[in-house]
Amino acid sequence: MRAVLRQRLFQYGVVVPFAILLAFPFAWMAITSLKPEAQVYDPAKVWSFSPTLANYGFLFHHTGYLRWLKNSSFVGLAVVLITLAVAMPAGYALARLSGRIGRSLGVAIFLTYLVPPTLLFLPLSRVISKLGLEDRLWALVLVYPSFTVPFAVWLLMGFFKTVPQELEDAALIDGCSRFGALVRVVFPISIPGILTVVIFTFSLVINEFVYAITFISSSTNRTLTVGVPTDLIRGDLFNWPGIMAAILIPSIPLALVYNAFLNRFITGFTGGAFR
Amino acid sequence: MATGLRYVTERRGFLATALISPAVLFIAALVGLPLGLAVYLSFTDATAGSLSGRWIGLGNFRRELHDSIFVDAIWHTFLFTVISQAVVIVVAGLLAHALVHRFRGRWILRFFVLLPWAAPIALTAVGFLWFYDPQASILTWFLVKLHLASALNHPTWLGTPRAAMSSIITVQAWRTIPFATVIFLAGIASIPQEVDDAAAIDGATGLRKFWHVSLPLQLPIAIVAVLFGIVFTATDMIVPYILTNGGPFNSTQVLTTWAFQTGINSGNIGEGAAIALFMLPVLAFVTIAMLFFARRAEVT
Repeated sequence: MRAVLRQRLFQYGVVVPFAILLAFPFAWMAITSLKPEAQVYDPAKVWSFSPTLANYGFLFHHTGYLRWLKNSSFVGLAVVLITLAVAMPAGYALARLSGRIGRSLGVAIFLTYLVPPTLLFLPLSRVISKLGLEDRLWALVLVYPSFTVPFAVWLLMGFFKTVPQELEDAALIDGCSRFGALVRVVFPISIPGILTVVIFTFSLVINEFVYAITFISSSTNRTLTVGVPTDLIRGDLFNWPGIMAAILIPSIPLALVYNAFLNRFITGFTGGAFR
Repeated sequence: MATGLRYVTERRGFLATALISPAVLFIAALVGLPLGLAVYLSFTDATAGSLSGRWIGLGNFRRELHDSIFVDAIWHTFLFTVISQAVVIVVAGLLAHALVHRFRGRWILRFFVLLPWAAPIALTAVGFLWFYDPQASILTWFLVKLHLASALNHPTWLGTPRAAMSSIITVQAWRTIPFATVIFLAGIASIPQEVDDAAAIDGATGLRKFWHVSLPLQLPIAIVAVLFGIVFTATDMIVPYILTNGGPFNSTQVLTTWAFQTGINSGNIGEGAAIALFMLPVLAFVTIAMLFFARRAEVT
């Protein structure tokens, strides 16, 4: 009994303060986003203010926000499609290739995920300008798979390893070709894993900043992560409540999806290495 | 003819090559080639305007090593990485051990802990720009209410070198803690129940059990998480770029922001590439360490 009590004390004693600390910035953003602009600097109105949705309206109607949201979504979807097309076959083959070559190749592909955009953005900026893709969203669609493909191959490899080989063998006996077994048996079973890859790939794209700020120069072609820091801040007015709204709108849905898919993510992420 | 083709496509080696090669080609073209180009550019005086630079050998490297901003930037990168990740290890270690067993409210508390990782950091960093605002900082408000600072004499979070460094380190730790917590959790959860039971039968409890049984078993996975944190801190520029852009007076200039300023803002692509290449030792170290510990993790 005392041991249980001590454990509860440890659990709440650690988690509650840190959860508050880690989540507080979001609470403060939410509060700021609901304040009338005139009251954000007023020390008497820190907690008692007249809430308004005007900042959200301003964001949607008087800034490029919706446009950036659309740009980010477009790039995200295009990159997810390319990534799946390239990474699903590779992830499957690496999961099934037994022996040293398969394992080393899998690890090698994963290690390329560690090569950071901050090392590649200068040479890539030349490639982009040679290709005439400066200031175009297609530049991002072209470059982003450089980090989404290694990441997705690794996760998918982890997921496909959990699909029993016997299922495929059964399909082969039933007259499927190997490729047919892959498309008709393995991929359908792996849909939860594939969905996890879709979500985390999409969020990697939404998060990306270095390439987006290097390759995109005009306001209408910006993505969310570059539009908010450059156009809402260094523009002519510091609309803090509007900026807080701009941060919360994509963050909250992303956090909910992350939370829902977290356990699958961990299975794939650690499954590739530790199985 | 059809059966002949079928024979070829059904061979395992052929199918494996056909399935893997698109990914390998993609990565070679988008990571390998630019990396090679980065090395080449670092030996040239290429600028944004001209299409090709002149070969100048080690000129860029020599110039940077004599530039005090660059040398300081290496030191700042080191501080930024080591301090933030040390904080992450302690906090994430505590959180993971507290979150591993079920209790009432765990779901919502874990959700709160995850928030900083799930939200795009380029956006939340802008949020911190507001929390660190010189006039209306909520952090200052708390300090004043707690009588730790006066309304007239309080820290300017991004205004002085020391405060600015602490501020960006705080944000970097804040954003990395959830990821480390999650992977630490996976490490703890991977310890079989039998090991726990055996340790209990042998009379190991509390800290002793943690030190001699749980810690060694979860360490390999935890180290992989820490190595990730190191790479993504030492090679990422989002937090310093948005919060301080290297200032005040280059006091928070790190390798990545300095490479960006030199390569993009000043247009000296060759020199910028040379600066960025100084990240390679960190990458090499982490890669080797990761290969080593991933194998250890597999054995246990």
